[in-house]
Amino acid sequence: MIYRESGDYSTTYAQDSQTFPIRFDRYRFYAVVFVAYCIIPFIINDYWASAIFVPFLIYAIAAIGLNILTGFCGQVSLGTGGFMAVGGYSVYKLMTSFPDVNIAIHVLLAGLITAGVGILFGLPSLRIKGFYLAVATLAAQFFLVWLFNRVPWFYNYSASGMINSPERTIFGYIVTGPSTEAWAKYLICLVFLTLCAVLARNMTRGTLGRKWMAIRDMDIAAEIIGVDPLKAKLSAFAISSFFIGIAGALFFAVYLGAAEAGDSFGITKSFLVLFMIIIGGLGSIFGSFAGAAFMVLMPVLLKNVLVGQLGWATDLAAHLEFVIVGALIIIFLIMEPHGLAQLWRLAKEKLRLWPFPH
Amino acid sequence: MKDTIDSYVTADGRTIGGVMMEMKNITLRFGGVVAIKDISFDIREGEIRAIIGPNGAGKSSMLNVISGFYHPQEGEVWFRGERRPTMKPHNVARQGIARTFQNIALFNGMSVLDNVMTGRLTQMKTGIIAQSLWYGRAQKEEFQNREIVEKIIDFLEIQHIRKTPVGRLPYGLKKRVELARALAAEPKLLLLDEPMAGMNVEEKEDMSRFILDANDEFGTTIALIEHDMGVVMDLSDRVVVMDYGKKIGDGTPEEVRNNQAVIDAYLGVAHD
Repeated sequence: MIYRESGDYSTTYAQDSQTFPIRFDRYRFYAVVFVAYCIIPFIINDYWASAIFVPFLIYAIAAIGLNILTGFCGQVSLGTGGFMAVGGYSVYKLMTSFPDVNIAIHVLLAGLITAGVGILFGLPSLRIKGFYLAVATLAAQFFLVWLFNRVPWFYNYSASGMINSPERTIFGYIVTGPSTEAWAKYLICLVFLTLCAVLARNMTRGTLGRKWMAIRDMDIAAEIIGVDPLKAKLSAFAISSFFIGIAGALFFAVYLGAAEAGDSFGITKSFLVLFMIIIGGLGSIFGSFAGAAFMVLMPVLLKNVLVGQLGWATDLAAHLEFVIVGALIIIFLIMEPHGLAQLWRLAKEKLRLWPFPH
Repeated sequence: MKDTIDSYVTADGRTIGGVMMEMKNITLRFGGVVAIKDISFDIREGEIRAIIGPNGAGKSSMLNVISGFYHPQEGEVWFRGERRPTMKPHNVARQGIARTFQNIALFNGMSVLDNVMTGRLTQMKTGIIAQSLWYGRAQKEEFQNREIVEKIIDFLEIQHIRKTPVGRLPYGLKKRVELARALAAEPKLLLLDEPMAGMNVEEKEDMSRFILDANDEFGTTIALIEHDMGVVMDLSDRVVVMDYGKKIGDGTPEEVRNNQAVIDAYLGVAHD
């Protein structure tokens, strides 16, 4: 009964175009932000941070990035893992080459470097579309992983071929390296996610977003109203890669601490993030969050239920987990092909009329 | 005679200006197929110009030449006193030429409002940085353009579906939204490819009214392709008739109606 837009009158275009037009949604959003910033950091422990929150936050950044490219601009990419690797290795080279510069700046720079690489691999999109473009980005994935494995300069000639994240601080608190506290890992990822989400929302609500969606929905009509396909597609690749690069940098520096291109940034990462945006909802910022939460939480939840509650053997549960997650994805996509974001929208539409649906 | 004078006033009191767009000896070939053969005609400022002809006559190809999708092998396109070099469609749009499509080409995933807002893209100049910060320049520009778009939405009477995704709309409304998107660009020249195709009588009347009003209120020059002869004869100031890629008639509706070549093309002619 409290979920109503009645009584909320928009008298300016600013009010009409706000992110949460319904007052209840607005308060709910403030509540979520408050809990995320003011409550969770004080109660978080190592298990929650490393099993759920930190991967969720980082994957959400990557999913926002891929959603801009695939969901908003309609360019399918299977190179996410490779671009995350660019972010990870860039931040590693920056951290070891300029140890005095703040890590936050390094992460942003890693994003910018990834944006440059993204533009380079986005060039084929001007000529090829759909599945063919997906294959072209797949080439980026394999090439980049190969590059980081084969050229010793990227891993500073270390004997193991691994890169290890050195200890760095922000405001005197350690945020990378083995002795980082759970809340610090959580907070740095949360700050970057907030930043990325706000930027993404702003870019998709205005001119830039409309250009991307126009290219996605009908590229011929987009051209006729004055969208330059070259600029629109390459800007989508650049901005998408910027976010994915930040995600890759945080994934290596904050979450993993030590990484090897093939293991940490392989093709499975590309598919994982792609599944996230498909399940979450293409062309929706909220969908990126929902998809990341689904794909991170599902295995953890299943493990707890199968091993913890039902008492199955760990190895049996681990294998069945794949089967169950896979089946769930299929069932889910048959029932709601537009993803969690669409379910959420429908629920809100129903709720607005409840309890008098006619 | 009208070709030699600069401007004249029509029977219903509209002033038709000088030549805005001139097609000179356009020839367009696809491999061995000649779609347009040596056609010349002009479009005057403020007029409603119809292009008619049987199916496959090359009307849509002609529109595609004007909007920059096809580049003719021979001939020149003159726009507002200058010869137009070979141009990409998005640059043609920036010159002030907008169009609608025969099969509706709206952006199905976006709301009506967003669709019409895309019509303003050529006028919006803020860069990526300002866009990503939103508050400030980007927002100001957005709302200035929103105001213009709202006027178009009022004009075409689609206020009630403003926030509806375009994919959910019926055919007639989609056609109207497409016209809104083209008008939102405040084009100097508006190209309409079969604006009445597949409509019933009421919808055709509405659409005719919108076309006449747009021409009247905004002073938009309009070139349209249409198969409904009643509509063409009522709306247009001058008509070009094409058949098999050639121009077979050009003049006022009255002249065209009495042109023997046109009658032959439409009704057929006995071969012996």
